[in-house]
Amino acid sequence: MSSHPDGSHPDSKGRIKVVHIYPREMSIYGDLGNTRCLASRLRWHGYEPLVHQHHPGNDFPTDAHLVLGGGGQDSGQARVQDDLAHNAEVLRALAADGAAMLMICGMYQLFGNAFITIEGERLPGIGILDVTTKGNAKRMIGPVVLETAYGDVVGYENHSGSTELGRGQRPFGRVKSGKGNNGTDKTEGAVTGNVFGSYLHGPLLPANPSFADALIKLAVERALGEPFVPGQIDDELADQARTRQVRRLAG
Amino acid sequence: MAVAAGKMARVASRLRGGGSALPGLVVERLDPRFLTHALADLPRGVVVVTGTNGKTTTTKMLVAILREHGLTVFSNPTGSNFTRGVISSMLAEIPFSGRFKADIAVLELDEAHALKFAAEVKPTHSLLLNVARDQLDRFAEIDHTAKLLAELAEQTTTGVVLNLNDSFVSRIAGRVRDGVSVTYFGVDPSIADRLPELQEADVRFEDDFTPPEPTAADGLLKPHDERSFEVRFGSTDRVGPMVLKQRGLAAMINATAATSTARALLGNEFRDVAAGAALERVEPPFGRGEVIDAGGQPLELVLVKNPAGFTVALSTYGNTPVTTMVAINDDYADGRDVSWLYDVSFESLRGRGVALTSGVRAYDMALRLQYDDVAVAQVEPDLDHALERFLTAYKDEPKRIFCTYTAMMALRRNLAGRYGLAHFGEEAQP
Repeated sequence: MSSHPDGSHPDSKGRIKVVHIYPREMSIYGDLGNTRCLASRLRWHGYEPLVHQHHPGNDFPTDAHLVLGGGGQDSGQARVQDDLAHNAEVLRALAADGAAMLMICGMYQLFGNAFITIEGERLPGIGILDVTTKGNAKRMIGPVVLETAYGDVVGYENHSGSTELGRGQRPFGRVKSGKGNNGTDKTEGAVTGNVFGSYLHGPLLPANPSFADALIKLAVERALGEPFVPGQIDDELADQARTRQVRRLAG
Repeated sequence: MAVAAGKMARVASRLRGGGSALPGLVVERLDPRFLTHALADLPRGVVVVTGTNGKTTTTKMLVAILREHGLTVFSNPTGSNFTRGVISSMLAEIPFSGRFKADIAVLELDEAHALKFAAEVKPTHSLLLNVARDQLDRFAEIDHTAKLLAELAEQTTTGVVLNLNDSFVSRIAGRVRDGVSVTYFGVDPSIADRLPELQEADVRFEDDFTPPEPTAADGLLKPHDERSFEVRFGSTDRVGPMVLKQRGLAAMINATAATSTARALLGNEFRDVAAGAALERVEPPFGRGEVIDAGGQPLELVLVKNPAGFTVALSTYGNTPVTTMVAINDDYADGRDVSWLYDVSFESLRGRGVALTSGVRAYDMALRLQYDDVAVAQVEPDLDHALERFLTAYKDEPKRIFCTYTAMMALRRNLAGRYGLAHFGEEAQP
């Protein structure tokens, strides 16, 4: 039996700290399902998840291995803006240090350079991803299929912001069905280092387990400094759910 | 001319067994002011019932109470809760050339269509039930839904009835026109701790919110036990105790809303005994806890369409666990985004597991249950095949199906054929 300097359960391969930022304000589209999915999969792989919810005004846990955020309403974004600005340095340092992050929809926009409202007002983001979003009168809504480094990924988009990637910014995927970042250039989301941004709800991770496990691998390697040792997980239901959507939407 | 054309379309659509909105569409094209003409002169006005959850049940209850008081009530039980559905059902009751005969109209309208309707006909009264996360692919934001309700209240001419305990709704009191009365319905303070069963506390941020102080005009729900309850008005007046055919706290709240509204509408004519008697006779609407006799065993159909509704349904039925099927489609009327299933906790199903998941998103539902450690015996996307297996494999026991709107329609049609039930397409949409 290996030793556990982190104090985790002796049967566990190690403890992984998962932080969900602003679960009340920025997770009205089921994005808490991503955190639920990662916690369960960590357990199924033999690791011990420690889930922490970060609310505005609280100290941000600087020992996070994995940080998740979701989509909210405009009023939710307004409620978290100050706290996010306050913790921007911490988040940028964590990102630069290799912490894995997944930001969906509204939090994806806030992780970019700026959001420019329809009225032309520029709301600054924290600039971890080189993307800029413009408010749009028309919402982009519907099911999505992407081609990504993790195979086909399915989800559901529901956003009025139209996002442009900066020069050299890598997208998360290429749109096979749906609108993506802006409905024109076929890109969806953005990836910088271990930080992923995407518009996809669904929630994104449960039906796309190979991407979920890629995040887990990054978090495990960061937390334990040793390779990720996956357990046996039966992903038949997830694979059926995903491939049926792919067939339906992208032929 | 428009009425005749609409009636023809109505007959035609009946013949092909189609939806109920088509004749309304015909009239809407021919005479866009049709609604105004037909509804403007009703002596007791036009009541609009809207909000996220409970529209169909509450409308049915309010209509029953008013009819028990001898009123001729026009309602929209046959159509969609969109404007066209209202027109379609009116056509059935209007003679080819004559006027529309009713004392009052009580209309269930979808939040967005309530405003479209108000642009044609100013409601004299509106009953605003609640605001919850629902079909965000259509409404985009909860704040947006709350805004739609406030705009409807602003256009109401005589009285609004508001949910005392839902801050999204009760704060609309500040938005009504001068001279428009405000009545509340809510729960007695003794059961305030059960409100989280009905609401999503985590999307409300009014830390400073204090509900208005209820008066003797406002109805408060006071349950006696799981089935029996009364609606109290001040310290002396009450309706009940009574027992509804539909189970659960949500149905009791709906009855409280209907009672408070009827009392506000009827004033001195309101009779508590008549109201209670009418409520006790109301059958659950199709798919809202309707119990079907399936070969000697009860089969309950429970419509689910958003996190608050599914959570309420699971807590309502949780204390009588039976063999369960869950059917999830993702058409427009169901909500195309199934993400909301991750905002519902399914732990109460863990004990017995789920016999079958079905519908277009059968695998997504089974996957969701897997994440709550709820065992799923079978996954069968085809609804007819799934129903066949469910009824055959569990024929000697009580059963329950949780289903989204279009899945409910398809299952109900199949069940109507098997067990000779009343014909379908005669009920309102979610």
